Amino acid sequence: MDTGDTAWILTSAALVLFMTPGLALFYGGMVRSKNVLAMLMKNYVAIGVVTITWVTVGFSLAFSGDVGGVIGDLNLWGLRDIGLENTLFEHTVPDSAFAMFQFMFAIITPALIAGAVAERIKFSAWAIFIAVWSILVYAPLAHWVWGGGFIGADLQAIDFAGGLVVHINAGIAALALVIALGPRIGFRREVIRPHSLPLTVLGAGMLWFGWFGFNAGSALGASGAAANAFLTTQIAAAVAATCWVIAEAVTHGKPTTLGFASGAVAGLVAITPASGFVGPLSAVVIGAAAGFLCFWALRLKFRFNFDDSLDVVAVHLVGGIIGAVLLGLFAEERIGGVNGLFFGAPEQLLRQIASVVITMVFSFVVSYVIALILKATIGLRVSEQEERSGLDLSLHEEQGWVLAD
Amino acid sequence: MKLIVAYINPFKLDEIRDALKETGVTGLSAGNVQGFGRQAGHTETYRGAEYEVDFVPKVRIEVLVDDTLAPNVISTIEQTARTGSIGDGKIAVLPVEDVIRIRTGERGRDAL
Repeated sequence: MDTGDTAWILTSAALVLFMTPGLALFYGGMVRSKNVLAMLMKNYVAIGVVTITWVTVGFSLAFSGDVGGVIGDLNLWGLRDIGLENTLFEHTVPDSAFAMFQFMFAIITPALIAGAVAERIKFSAWAIFIAVWSILVYAPLAHWVWGGGFIGADLQAIDFAGGLVVHINAGIAALALVIALGPRIGFRREVIRPHSLPLTVLGAGMLWFGWFGFNAGSALGASGAAANAFLTTQIAAAVAATCWVIAEAVTHGKPTTLGFASGAVAGLVAITPASGFVGPLSAVVIGAAAGFLCFWALRLKFRFNFDDSLDVVAVHLVGGIIGAVLLGLFAEERIGGVNGLFFGAPEQLLRQIASVVITMVFSFVVSYVIALILKATIGLRVSEQEERSGLDLSLHEEQGWVLAD
Repeated sequence: MKLIVAYINPFKLDEIRDALKETGVTGLSAGNVQGFGRQAGHTETYRGAEYEVDFVPKVRIEVLVDDTLAPNVISTIEQTARTGSIGDGKIAVLPVEDVIRIRTGERGRDAL
C-alpha cells in the first residue's frame, strides 16, 4: 500500500461526491422556480438510494470476480471482506478506498439522467428507476469496462474515467426515459426558461472542481498519470467552453452565460474517457470538438420532438461519444500504455467504436424496459394539474423561493 | 387625497425618489413588476433556443398625497421618468376615501 496514493484517492472520492450537489444546482437553476426543489431532490436522492443498492450488491456485481465476462459475483455483497488492506484488488490503496471511490461514480451516473426527465417525472418512479438501474445497467457496464468483463478484457476498448460507463450510459438512458415519459406540457409552445442561472453557473463550477477528482482520481494513485489527467481535464473544459460561446456568438449573435457553463461541462464529459490516455494538444482538439458538436446537437431534440429538458443527450451522450471515439485516434502509449490510430494502432479506433455501440444498445434497451414496466405499474408522470402547479408543492409540499417570511 | 400609481423604468427609480423628496412627499412604496404595453417584448436565448418574452420588467411606485400636493408630484414623476423612448411607463391617479396610520389610529390627512 502507498499512503500518498491512498490520500489522493480518499480526496478524489470526496471531490466526486461534491459533483452531485454541483449537478443538483446546475440542473436546479435551469428549471422553472416551481420545480427547483424537486430537481435538487432528484439528484440528492441518488446519494441515498444508490448507497443502499451499491453497498448491498452493486459493488460486488461490478468488481468481485467474473462470470463469463458479463457480470461479477456476489461474494462481496454488503461490502463484506472490504477491509483496511489491499488484499482483494491489485491497487496500492486500501480496498475500502477503492470501493469508496467507485461508489461515488455509481451515485452521480444515475443523477445525470435527472436533467432529461425534469419537471414531470414522479418522485417514486424516479427513486425506483435509479435503484433498479444502478443494479441492472450501471453495475454490469462497470464490470464490462473496469471490472474484468468483456469490453475491457476481451475487446480491449479503453475508458479512463467513465466515457462509456458514466456519460454514454447516462445519456442514452436519458433518451430512453424521455421517450417513455413524453414531453412536458407546453414543450415548444410555451416559454420554458431557466429560473436562476447563477445557481447553474455555481453548479457548473462545483462540477468542474469535482471533476479533477473524477478524472485524475481514476489513475488510482498520486502519479504522473493522475497529473496528466488533471492537465487534460482542465484544457478540454476550458477549450470547450470557449468554443461553445464562439458558436453561439456566430449563430445567435450573443455569447451566453449558460453557454459557457454548458460548454465547460461538455468538455469535461468528452475528456473523461481520454484524460489518462492523451496529451495536452489532443485535449485541445477533443475540447474543441465537444464545444462545437455538443452545441450543434442541441437542435436535435426539437427536430425529433424529444423533450430532453436539460439536454442530457446533447451534453453527455454526444460528449461521451466524442471522447470515447477520439480517444481511438489520439491515445499515446507513452502516456497511458495504448496507441490510437494517429500513433500507429488503427484497431484501437474500431475497438472504441464497438464499445460505444455495445454500451448504447445495452443501456437503451434495459433502461427503456425498466421505464415501460414502471409506466405500466405505478406510472411515470405526475398528473396534469400537479405538473402545472409545480412539482415542489405537488410532490414535496415545499417551496424553493418564498416571497416573504 | 390621491393615490398616485406610476409604472416606470427600473433604472429611473432612484432619480424619481430623490425628485419626489424635494416636492415634500413623506413616503413611497415601490415593487418590481412585469408587464406589457406598447413596448414590444424581447428575445431570450437559452442553449440555442430563442424565446419571445412579452413581459418587460418595470417598477411600480405608489404615493399617497394630499390633493394640494398631487399636481406637483404627478408632474415631477412625469418629467423625471421621461426619456422620450417607448416604454417610459404610465401614471394613474386614484381618489382615496380614507387613510389610516396603523400605529396611532390617525385618519385622513393627519395620517399622510
